[in-house]
Amino acid sequence: MAKQSAKSPAPVMTDPKGQTLVCLRTLSESEPAALATYLKLGGYQSLKRLVTEKTKATDIITEVKISGLRGRGGAGFPTGLKWSFMPRYFDGVKYLVCNTDEGEPGTFKDRDIIRYNPHQLIEGMAIAAYTLGARVGYNYIHGEIWQDYETFEAALKEANEAGYLGENLFGTNFSFDLYAVHGYGAYICGEETALIESIEGKKGQPRFKPPFPASYGVFGKPTNVNNTESYASIPWIMQHGGQAFADLGVANSGGTKLFSVSGHVEKPGNYEVNMGMPFAELLAMAGGVWQGRKLKAVIPGGPSTAVIPASVMETITMDYDGLSKARSSLGAGSMIVMDDSTCMVKALHRLSYFFYEESCGQCTPCREGTGWVYRVLDRIVKGQGKMEDLDLLTDISKNISGRTICALGEAAATPVISFIKHFRAEFEYYIEHGKSMVDSKAEQG
Amino acid sequence: MLSPQITEKIDYELTKYPADQRQAAVMSALRIVQTERGWLSQESMSEVAAYIGMPEIAVMEVASFYNMYDLAPVGKYKISVCTNISCMLRNSDEIVDHLKHKLGVEFNQVSADGKFCLKEAECMGACGGAPLMIINNHSMHEFLTPAKVDAILDELK
Ligand SMILES: Cc1cc2nc3c(=O)[nH]c(=O)nc-3n(C[C@H](O)[C@H](O)[C@H](O)COP(=O)(O)O)c2cc1C
Ligand code: SF4
Ligand code: FES
Repeated sequence: MAKQSAKSPAPVMTDPKGQTLVCLRTLSESEPAALATYLKLGGYQSLKRLVTEKTKATDIITEVKISGLRGRGGAGFPTGLKWSFMPRYFDGVKYLVCNTDEGEPGTFKDRDIIRYNPHQLIEGMAIAAYTLGARVGYNYIHGEIWQDYETFEAALKEANEAGYLGENLFGTNFSFDLYAVHGYGAYICGEETALIESIEGKKGQPRFKPPFPASYGVFGKPTNVNNTESYASIPWIMQHGGQAFADLGVANSGGTKLFSVSGHVEKPGNYEVNMGMPFAELLAMAGGVWQGRKLKAVIPGGPSTAVIPASVMETITMDYDGLSKARSSLGAGSMIVMDDSTCMVKALHRLSYFFYEESCGQCTPCREGTGWVYRVLDRIVKGQGKMEDLDLLTDISKNISGRTICALGEAAATPVISFIKHFRAEFEYYIEHGKSMVDSKAEQG
Repeated sequence: MLSPQITEKIDYELTKYPADQRQAAVMSALRIVQTERGWLSQESMSEVAAYIGMPEIAVMEVASFYNMYDLAPVGKYKISVCTNISCMLRNSDEIVDHLKHKLGVEFNQVSADGKFCLKEAECMGACGGAPLMIINNHSMHEFLTPAKVDAILDELK
């Protein structure tokens, strides 16, 4: 039982870099992705115990609730609560879906889970399947990380052969088939209902909600969708107890979190640390701002989260509450670091193109609004902007937000509003002089 | 006609879905055909539609929705460079300029010898390795410098 193990102290694995390793436990081993490596760390033992002891689903869900695990895909919805929405009794196949589609710029954490610790994800999904009564699962993997898709397929094969996936596991009547499927270049397929459409072999256009996937998901059947990192946290929680996981983090933010650090740092990459780590410490782990330059701003959780100026960033902690206090959010933990050579106008220009290009086109405010925002920013960057454009940009963005089928509309609006709010002087300079303030400063030496 | 090599791979993908949900394998089928033939012609899409047993229009809808499918020839090597924010901050522009100069093409053009095509891509979910590029959708090269690009291109015959 999960509850008994909660009493034994959890061995917290740290590494020389100062990481706390939960989802990337195998990282310091020589063959991190191998089944043998995972087994050595106690892998698949929780699955076996829960299934053979016929642990009650409600007990497992309670343990996940205690852990304080919140969805790592961006929205931060409590995982235990989400699991309790799945219908208990259903006449037919229920599905489990893992979202490894990460395509939001700056997000690359789930890639490291599938290439360095695929078996922990498989075990996490199998435990979820047992708990929720799902017979079949799909892991939907971002198209461009093809080599990692193949690593995951190989891990599935190993798990099937070793009897951790498939029919009648451990001689019980629990069966679970898990498959890898791939995207092929569409950010919108990260949205869970678009992802489901894509699994069904359609273009990835989000569905109206409700009905939610828990009642109408893959092939119209009840489906639970979670992010890769959410599922990968489950085996550790079952092994050491929900409380031990909660204790790794801070209030409202249990556990560890993988932060994808990119942009202007010396050592870009993924860092798995305890929730609540001060930003300054995380930045130092990533080698600090590169080339001895000064920090200008950080997008803390991917472009759908508001940009934060350096002065504020330096005072905050990396957890759900810490970032909402700074009027942004943790998102998927995709920290994009910008030094003082960054032109905020050009940075926003590029992001606006992304949202315009990736809008699926179903809702008029999103389809037309993202295009309009891009065209206005494009003329500013080309030196043809007008001062009124700044209010126009904010206005269009506010009118997209909240008027669309999915949250991409809001995601597109957030950077526009926050960039202009915090760096308005830079936008004004660009419009007035027809060129970037940062470039002009550089020219003056 | 789809070759046995192709149908064998599509059949494997079909095992992942219920028997009455063959359409679910269309994304893989298109990927497999494109990998084999370089790009997706009208005819290729019709063949996929026939094999899977779904309307041609539904196959085309999928093929035109996802960025990694090519509905026109892309030369022997399609090089996609990410220019999104994290890559941009690490000078993907320099890599793009270098490639344009070296291959003598702009984005979406095929080089005169039919060998290379350059594409601008959105985030590839690998921003820690920026700047980066993918050759023919499936082989990623990270931490690029102009010299590293040269070395990679020299290998492509
Ligand atoms: C435009 C858009 C893109 C998204 N992309 C992803 C993604 O790449 N990965 C992910 O896990 N969730 C993504 N989400 C959130 C998912 O819809 C969903 O909430 C999540 O997969 C649920 O898992 P979780 O509760 O474990 O976080 C995206 C949402 C939107 C609106
Ligand atoms: S908000 Fe945009 S991406 Fe989302 S469904 Fe509407 S048009 Fe598509
Ligand atoms: S921004 Fe280039 S790979 Fe993510």
